Amino acid sequence: MTEEKDFSQYAHPDALVSTDWVAQHQDDPSVVLLESNEDVLLYETGHIPGAQKIDWHTDLNDPVTRDFLGPEQFAAFASAKGITPETTVVFYGDKSNWWAAYALWVFTLFGHEDLRLMDGGRQKWAAEGRELVTEVQAPAAAEYPAPAQRDDSTFRAFREDVLAHFGKPMIDVRSPLEYSGERTHMEGYEQEGALRGGHIPSAASVPWAKAANEDGTFRSRAELEAIYTEQAGLGAAEEVIAYCRIGERSSHTWFVLQHLLGYDNVRNYDGSWTEWGNAVRLPIATGDQPGAVPGA
Amino acid sequence: MSQTPNSTLPAQLTEVIEEFAELEDRQKLELLLEFSRELPELPERYLNSYDQMEEVVECQSPLFLTLEYDDAAGTAAIFFAAPPEAPTTRGFAAILHEGLSGLRFEEILAVPEDLSERLGLSKAITPLRLRGMTAMLGRIKRNIRAHQAGSAPGQPG
Repeated sequence: MTEEKDFSQYAHPDALVSTDWVAQHQDDPSVVLLESNEDVLLYETGHIPGAQKIDWHTDLNDPVTRDFLGPEQFAAFASAKGITPETTVVFYGDKSNWWAAYALWVFTLFGHEDLRLMDGGRQKWAAEGRELVTEVQAPAAAEYPAPAQRDDSTFRAFREDVLAHFGKPMIDVRSPLEYSGERTHMEGYEQEGALRGGHIPSAASVPWAKAANEDGTFRSRAELEAIYTEQAGLGAAEEVIAYCRIGERSSHTWFVLQHLLGYDNVRNYDGSWTEWGNAVRLPIATGDQPGAVPGA
Repeated sequence: MSQTPNSTLPAQLTEVIEEFAELEDRQKLELLLEFSRELPELPERYLNSYDQMEEVVECQSPLFLTLEYDDAAGTAAIFFAAPPEAPTTRGFAAILHEGLSGLRFEEILAVPEDLSERLGLSKAITPLRLRGMTAMLGRIKRNIRAHQAGSAPGQPG
């Protein structure tokens, strides 16, 4: 892929930047680049010059309660990365931006205005032979005032919200075997399993990586519409909930639905299968069909 | 049920464990990165022939391993291959290489399953990633047991 993709095809073209754009803005003080990888040591082996590291495991989560940072911890973290509320924050990472989308979604909860993903992520940058360095630049001094709140209602769903959502579309982004219930964990993630296998009844199965091309970039809007709007039956839905195992893969799908396809109200259920599949008396469907809406 | 003290483990493994134990979490990651850089290259005979090696599917990134046995000495040499884009996995492999390769069969079989905990990495690295290291150790032991039983599966030669 040498041709530059036209981002204006997407609902929110500003949510994406190209590798070229990033290269041109390397010295732009209003832009902060954050690298967020599944492999927490990858940044150290080489990153885009000037990029700061974000470790999804230790930087974004509360160390005790299963939850994200609070507003004050977020403000301290953002300040330490040289970010102010006016900063354009560009995320990129490995594995088709999977973890970058997760970090972007968490920032969204705190109401940060200008958040973007670098299309194609680390893979595309490296494939284009662009520079990767091991030198870590000191972030600019910055003061991020603590946001009034972490908004847990607009883009985040809890299990009560999922129960209240029945009858409206849901997307399960896990692998087909996790969806059907043959497997209670993702391959290689045994410890993050659940007691019961299957999916939330009525949720359509669209594994998250379907949204990405081989080179890590997002598929075209027409292709995404065929996958989500048509095949998964989202149609013109006003509200959609996406979930996976712990909410990271579904952040990627959340980004696609919210920003690339422009669905109005997309929420990520980060409790996901590690909550649902372990909870008492919640309805579960098994097999490769979505199953009926409970109580319908 | 008392834990096997580190002092009864093979000396080359104890050394690695102690190297990690002395460090703060952030420095532990740096050391793991150093290990990942020092993972020895595969010997010529395995290059471009990963199919002769065993894939550790429990790892989140591709990892291949194979063992070579010296039956006269009763020792096993362990070889690993993992791509540079997977430094954490490479780091785990390098720890096992440094700590176990060349030891006697029974010494390797006696290595406790909680090796990854002894390195004290559980706060810096997600537990699910550490499982990859436990899986590597499990496969190494299984290979040795199979070899001892005279039917090493999937081994070259």
